[in-house]
Amino acid sequence: MATIQQQQQRRDRIRLALLLTPGLLWLLLFFALPLVIIFLYSFMTNDALGRVVYEPTLNNYITIFTQSLYVNAYWRSIWTSVLTTVICLLIGYPLAVFIARSPQQWRMPLLMLILIPFWTNFLVRIYAWQIILANNGIINSFLEIIGIGRLTLLNTEGATLIGLIYGELPFMVLPLYAAIDRFDFTLMEAAADLGANKVQAFLRIMLPMTMPGIVAGSVLVFIPTLGQFVVSELLGGAKVDYLGNLIQRLFLRANPINWPLGSAMAVLMMLVLLVLIMMYFRVTSEEER
Amino acid sequence: MSDSIAIELCDVVKRFGDVVAVDHVNLQIRDGEFFSLLGPSGCGKTSTLRMIAGFELPTAGSILIHGREMGITPPHLRPVNTVFQSYALFPHMTVAQNVAFGLEMRKTPKAEIARQVKEALELVRLSGLEDRRPRQLSGGQQQRVALARALVNHPEVLLLDEPLGALDQKLRKEMQLELKSLQARVGITFVFVTHDQEEALTMSDRIAVMNKGKLLQVGTPTEIYERPNCRFVADFIGETNFIDGVVIGRDGNYTVLETPEGLRLRGLAARPLSDGTAVTYSIRPEKVRLLAPNGELPPNGLAGTVMTVNYIGSDTRITVRINDQRTIDIWEQNTRSTLDRDEYWQPGEAAVIVCPPDNALVLSE
Repeated sequence: MATIQQQQQRRDRIRLALLLTPGLLWLLLFFALPLVIIFLYSFMTNDALGRVVYEPTLNNYITIFTQSLYVNAYWRSIWTSVLTTVICLLIGYPLAVFIARSPQQWRMPLLMLILIPFWTNFLVRIYAWQIILANNGIINSFLEIIGIGRLTLLNTEGATLIGLIYGELPFMVLPLYAAIDRFDFTLMEAAADLGANKVQAFLRIMLPMTMPGIVAGSVLVFIPTLGQFVVSELLGGAKVDYLGNLIQRLFLRANPINWPLGSAMAVLMMLVLLVLIMMYFRVTSEEER
Repeated sequence: MSDSIAIELCDVVKRFGDVVAVDHVNLQIRDGEFFSLLGPSGCGKTSTLRMIAGFELPTAGSILIHGREMGITPPHLRPVNTVFQSYALFPHMTVAQNVAFGLEMRKTPKAEIARQVKEALELVRLSGLEDRRPRQLSGGQQQRVALARALVNHPEVLLLDEPLGALDQKLRKEMQLELKSLQARVGITFVFVTHDQEEALTMSDRIAVMNKGKLLQVGTPTEIYERPNCRFVADFIGETNFIDGVVIGRDGNYTVLETPEGLRLRGLAARPLSDGTAVTYSIRPEKVRLLAPNGELPPNGLAGTVMTVNYIGSDTRITVRINDQRTIDIWEQNTRSTLDRDEYWQPGEAAVIVCPPDNALVLSE
């Protein structure tokens, strides 16, 4: 006869298993399995018709590391993602402070304003930016009126950056707001009282204390930006290749399509993300100490 | 304590929108003094402190620290330090880093910082806790860190904003005495904001009582308690009996007033009052004497009946009814054990109360 405690433990284990099974099955089927397939494909060979041939090879990785097309795409994507993240942070931090310091009854409406764009499909919003940036678009019409003349804005890397910053900014602002809202601004008074000017007080007190929000926002912006392909195609004019564009092309539109090479690029991208994010966590947590 | 002035407030006004938080306050705080700003919440005491620190700027008037006009000088350039009500310790720094912060801001050499931090922590008896984080400390310890963090900068004036408010009663009493002795040792001027009259009386050299933005009275604890200059101060500091009446004349040093029901009482007035002035007679319960009736009423005596007798250990609190509308509270100190006494006041007993006129005040508003 099992003791009451044993019976209870048994019952708890069964309940836990019942609760976790659906989620675990879902993740296993639709997350872990595809990841394994991608990983395995990255070591396979592609034939002339774009079919996967089950011959193990390292050629896909060698191609990526030796051809400038691919190497450049990695650098370009990493650089653009870093730039997007940093600019989002520089715009988002003051914005989050402003919202957190607003009177209580204004905070929710202001946060809603940040969220409202999400009610519209992302693609539609990016098309809207085409209208804004086009040669005969809103900005150029204005520039012509004030006598500066039209500039080429659309289909440039600058346009890609603008679109990315626009799209990712809310993901930076929300975690920053959460961190800054928790921050006790009396600490800034305490710092000032102890002889710190505004810059010193910010760097020594507010920045380290809101670092969790900065890290969360940066990660949320950096990851999707590294793999994006829509913005660079619609606003950048697909003139230069970013990681996402290359992977998308290799899987869907190349002639012949090349799943093994695309898989290898995806695996490497994940690796890059993993390394960069780990480095980032290390740096920022040191700063916190 | 010297006669030089550490802080001077000249006609200081602070408005927040339509609300006048501080209303034409003039005040001089002397060097080396333990000075308390006392008043109920919302009386303007914290706003006054925040203006001295520079967190708020006066709407009008000026603030001088050791003769220097502060004007719009930002907090980080003022020669004062603050101990905040919530302590405002930096949670991501250790105790030692918290205390070192002010010195680092002033570019003190590293070795010197280490020495001074050690000294400051010894001063507040926190040696050995250098590497703890604030959240690992008790409320009392956090309080000491806040003190050390401020004192290590050797401010010309230390501002304390209800620093003992968050502590429990016992710790509070301990810290009161410790703060007082600390102040005596370091010799720095303390400006202490509190709403606790007992705390102010215990610790202060001088007290300023504020209400509704106005400064009502400045004086030593004894002056504030024994010679309150208005009804509010008499009421706010300690317990007192109030009897309303009008002035009907003078009798030597004393002012005589008459209550609506015709009782006549004599007491001290702060200034000459003309006949007919509405006044309040104020006498502390421990100053009233209770006698057995023996025919004639003594001067300033009132006949009454004992209503309640409450023994509370150190003294016995007796309520005597004078007439239908009025009762007077009397505290008699138990200088002898009541167990040894043959008899004591019983409810229902007739008694005579005497208000010694030298201990009774006639207050005009």
